[in-house]
Amino acid sequence: MNGTLESTLWDVIVVGGGNAGLCAAIEAAEAGARVLVLEGAPEPYRGGNSRHTRNFRCKHEAPLSVLTGAYQEDEYFDDLIRVTGGKTDEALARMTIRTSEECLPWMERHGVAFQPSLSGTLSLSRTNAFFLGGGKALVNAYYNTVEDLGVTVAYEAEVTHVAVEDGRVQGLDVTIGGQTARVEARALVLASGGFQANLDWLASAWGEAARNFLIRGTPYNRGAVLRDMLDQGADSVGDPTQCHAVAIDGRAPKFDGGIATRLDCVPFSVVVNRNGERFYDEGEDVWPKRYAIWGRLVAAQPEQVAYAIIDASSLELFMPSLYPPERADTIEGLGQRLGISGPKLRETVDAFNTACREGAFTPTELDGLATEGLDPPKTNWARPIVEPPFYGYTLRPGVTFTYLGLKVDETARVSAGGARLGNVWAAGEIMAGSILGQGYLAGFGMTIGTVFGRIAGQEAAAHVA
Amino acid sequence: MSLDFRGEAPVALSPEERGQDAIEEARRQVQICNACRYCEGYCSVFPAITRERAFADGDITQLANLCHNCRGCYYACQYAEPHDFAVNLPRALAEVRSESWERFAWPRGLAGTFQRSGVALAAALVAGIAALFLALAALAPASGEGFYAYLSHAAMVAIFAPAFLFPVVALGVGVRRYWHETGGSPVRWAHLKEAALDAGRLKNLSGGPAQGCNYENGDRFGNARRHAHQAVLWGFLLCFASTSSGTVLHYVFDAPAPYPLWSLPKLFGVPGGVLLTVGAFALAWLKTKADPELGAPSRWGGEMAFVLLLGLTGLSGLVLYAATGTALVPALLALHLGAVLALFLTTPYSKMAHGAYRFAALVRDAQGRAP
Repeated sequence: MNGTLESTLWDVIVVGGGNAGLCAAIEAAEAGARVLVLEGAPEPYRGGNSRHTRNFRCKHEAPLSVLTGAYQEDEYFDDLIRVTGGKTDEALARMTIRTSEECLPWMERHGVAFQPSLSGTLSLSRTNAFFLGGGKALVNAYYNTVEDLGVTVAYEAEVTHVAVEDGRVQGLDVTIGGQTARVEARALVLASGGFQANLDWLASAWGEAARNFLIRGTPYNRGAVLRDMLDQGADSVGDPTQCHAVAIDGRAPKFDGGIATRLDCVPFSVVVNRNGERFYDEGEDVWPKRYAIWGRLVAAQPEQVAYAIIDASSLELFMPSLYPPERADTIEGLGQRLGISGPKLRETVDAFNTACREGAFTPTELDGLATEGLDPPKTNWARPIVEPPFYGYTLRPGVTFTYLGLKVDETARVSAGGARLGNVWAAGEIMAGSILGQGYLAGFGMTIGTVFGRIAGQEAAAHVA
Repeated sequence: MSLDFRGEAPVALSPEERGQDAIEEARRQVQICNACRYCEGYCSVFPAITRERAFADGDITQLANLCHNCRGCYYACQYAEPHDFAVNLPRALAEVRSESWERFAWPRGLAGTFQRSGVALAAALVAGIAALFLALAALAPASGEGFYAYLSHAAMVAIFAPAFLFPVVALGVGVRRYWHETGGSPVRWAHLKEAALDAGRLKNLSGGPAQGCNYENGDRFGNARRHAHQAVLWGFLLCFASTSSGTVLHYVFDAPAPYPLWSLPKLFGVPGGVLLTVGAFALAWLKTKADPELGAPSRWGGEMAFVLLLGLTGLSGLVLYAATGTALVPALLALHLGAVLALFLTTPYSKMAHGAYRFAALVRDAQGRAP
């Protein structure tokens, strides 16, 4: 196969076969270009982090497909400003938001099936269109589409070097199934994701503690292409030291645990670190809004681990967990099972229980049931933990994605030293930091990937036409 | 500090500790599904999962019988092999499902034979045909019209009334056992209506918004299996209506067979036979295209033999009708009635039993959904 790949002058090579790369490949192929997709993963794991996603955040003026009501540009943009704290490029962000509306029907035309909002996520039924079967089903649909369009896909194809000369890409060095090859294209789309699966890189950015992080998504996003481009002077965007992490089940596999490893128990818990001490207000806000900060909080604790403690009365207040919780009839016994000091845990829970006051407990909304005289306080859902058996979950930071990426303009073009490269575009996580400089907005990663993937594919195809 | 936290994980998800028996393995997978929930829109199985937090054996049996093996969830699953979680829900539920039919069968034991062994079903067919040849030889009537020239109406009733009633009774016992195991409550008309609407449209084979199954072409969706199954289901019901209308004409209106083309038995029977035949052979063809690892591989032979028997039953009936008035009629009559006999008598133990259990599962699901 390498012979054909090497002897062909491809119109467009797409590096990375996730959502963004496939959108680019579809657009380029539909415009008549001869397209090669280089996917780093073996076929069963194709699709990068897209295979773990579940929805697409979409602007709409009126009910659209499975989406209810309306979700207009200004509201969408305000939501983005809230999570990013303003770390965004307004022009790019608004263009992305506006374009999302025409993307949803385009996705449906290219095989993506949507379903009404999943149980437990009704709050998203207006803003986010859920993929039936999740991101892997979307990825499968797009691979079928590119196959029908005659696109060539090479799996286990790791790009080791992008040869940029005089502001243009001349070719790529790639290892395919252990064999090195040099492939050439007239235009290049980089859609190879972030570097969150590269523990050495994470450790150099965050410190050695990062080696204790779990990686929620694909182990294949190691950032080789991003590093190579940055080393060659490509313009970057996003904080190189930051990654997005959430608190997940500490017993999850190192990579690829995906959605099922999430834990929603924190608001009903007392959360302690390895020393059996509380360190943050567990009841600060409803869980989806606080979901993200707990990754960072746990990462700052000794050995990057924490333990959420609940009693029998709270066991069914949150989504079922992948792994059953540890369970014991006494707090001391639970501490022992979790590998932390039983007496210390007892002391912390007693102090918490004493600080709880009478009041109505309402799990579905901020109920104002707060502790008194406790530091840190628990400001909602502060109900004493007294009803055995007691349950405990281990929490670890689970990294979702990294922020550092390639800077692009509104045509998805990559630049170096402030000058646009002649024939290189980027889409997806590798450039998402241009718009999402901080925080996360559910389903927005897929929006950026789809919008910029399509633009990159169209632009690359127009360039070679 | 360790890089590998897997050691702390409960053993339930590790590959070496996968469920040893079918229900245990399905329960392990269903718990993963309940923490993920990406597949809610495919069919009724996933909403049923989300209504529970813990799954008793009867719950797993119910989920297994609700699953129509469309396979959409398998191809969509981020936890399918080679992922360590090794989720293959269509297969896990197929294993539980076929084991449950063997457990519920009355008398027990026969189901294992006919579900697993295509040869056993073929033997039943041979025995059925042989029995009819014997009957034709031994009970040849002195006079009669049409088929009754070869086998009297009384003889036919003597053979087929028990052959029809026996599976009804046996399946009734099986469904009672099913109902008990899955904790069903008294059935109301609303439940039956919902179940009948689901069954008639094969809603659970539709893939929801995805439009169909992943059966004949890897992860691509297609409605071929649903349409073929619709043809078989409606074809079978039309054939049944044909026989019933003939019975009514015979006993109530004193109008015995043979019937002309423009009569109820023929108007039901001919299209019914065509649908049954075409649908069954289409299902058999689809079965050769689909990945056996997403079903219960040990039952593949029995299922295939059953589908072919259905097709043969329909086809032999059509050929028999086409051969009216020729010398081939006695042989074809023995062939067709032998196939019908084998089909009926093995019904409680072959894949044919799925109709009863699936319907029971749909009724049970309607109960579960009721507020």
